[in-house]
Amino acid sequence: MTIELHPNIDAHLIEVLETVSDPEIPVLTVLDLGVIREAVEKEGVIQIKLTPTYSGCPAMDVIGDDLKSAFAKVGKKVNVDLVLAPAWTTDWISESGKRKMEAYGIAAPLEETADKEALLGNKRIVKCPQCGSTNTHLVSQFGSTACKALFKCDDCLEPFDYFKCLK
Amino acid sequence: MANQNLYNYILGIADNSLVLGQRLGELCGHGPSLETDIAGTNISLDLIGQTRSYFQYAAKVSGKELTEDDIAFLRLERDYRNVLLVEQPNTHFGYVIARQYLFDVFHLLFLNELQYSKDETLSAIAKKGIKEVSYHKRFSGDWIKRLGDGTEESHEKMQEAVDDLWRYTDELFEMSEDDQQMVSEGIGVDLPKLKESYYDEVSELLSEATLEIPERKYFSYGGKNGVHTEHMGYLLADLQYMQRTYPNMQW
Repeated sequence: MTIELHPNIDAHLIEVLETVSDPEIPVLTVLDLGVIREAVEKEGVIQIKLTPTYSGCPAMDVIGDDLKSAFAKVGKKVNVDLVLAPAWTTDWISESGKRKMEAYGIAAPLEETADKEALLGNKRIVKCPQCGSTNTHLVSQFGSTACKALFKCDDCLEPFDYFKCLK
Repeated sequence: MANQNLYNYILGIADNSLVLGQRLGELCGHGPSLETDIAGTNISLDLIGQTRSYFQYAAKVSGKELTEDDIAFLRLERDYRNVLLVEQPNTHFGYVIARQYLFDVFHLLFLNELQYSKDETLSAIAKKGIKEVSYHKRFSGDWIKRLGDGTEESHEKMQEAVDDLWRYTDELFEMSEDDQQMVSEGIGVDLPKLKESYYDEVSELLSEATLEIPERKYFSYGGKNGVHTEHMGYLLADLQYMQRTYPNMQW
């Protein structure tokens, strides 16, 4: 198991944080996603700074509520603050998060320039999470949620989501 | 109110996103294809998300017991400060795309400047928005090219939409009193400075799409002062329906 570093998160809170997942991609915990920017316990109350992936992401309200109920189970109170700066980037998704995403059937974000080429339909580089082929094409720049685009594999013919690079 | 100019200024920016978001939301389930339907609602979601950030901030600045919902749903038509362009109806898909592109180019130029605002909250919202709006512009610009340089019919319809909506472009650069005050405080964006880049960029893309650049000398103004086109009342009737029918209703 890789040890992930969370410099602004109190170590004793990690266990509970790992039980809270993204409601739209349930295999990813909020730590995998990198949306918890800070979590510290002060005078018995846990202060969490949460950042949205996209401005209108409806999952944020749910994540806020889920954090409260997860800590309520261990008898702790939580204050959740939404912070916008610095803006979230897909670079904050952990390596293990990217692997879990692939296993779940969502192609993980490429690097910025490669991402642009893929989303403009110039290059066939997005790897199909089902069969691993890069013989894939863009179906729609927008997908089932704000963070994804829709692709189709031309080898195994399965459609799949691609998590867009955001920088 | 402690800072009326700032409050008005935030609302001016937010109302553009709110009203365009509402227009795109009307397409939900009515887009010409599944992909464009999803695109329209995704863009709408980004815009409404940005609006929420602005309204939450405006509510704080107001110093009153206001919520984001009060600001969104309980104002009268004359109190909305959005430009006329964004309230224009979804006449046909060409209009949806032309309206989107003509606004996206401005929106991105605007946020690129707003990120250097002395106001930290506005700067943070702008930085977040830049990432989203770049993607919107890529989508709308692609469609302008596809339809403009497409079939005879799509070309004609695209040209019609651009010609019709062109009259609302100059208002994007109009400076209200609040704009001027905010620029002098290092918070707001000096709009006339964006004008040249705007028309250069739009003209270049229209040419690429084999569309004529309209040569209109007369423009429509008024939205920034709350004087809207007739379409606005209908849009608000939809937008405000729930709160007007069931006051103080909550989800």
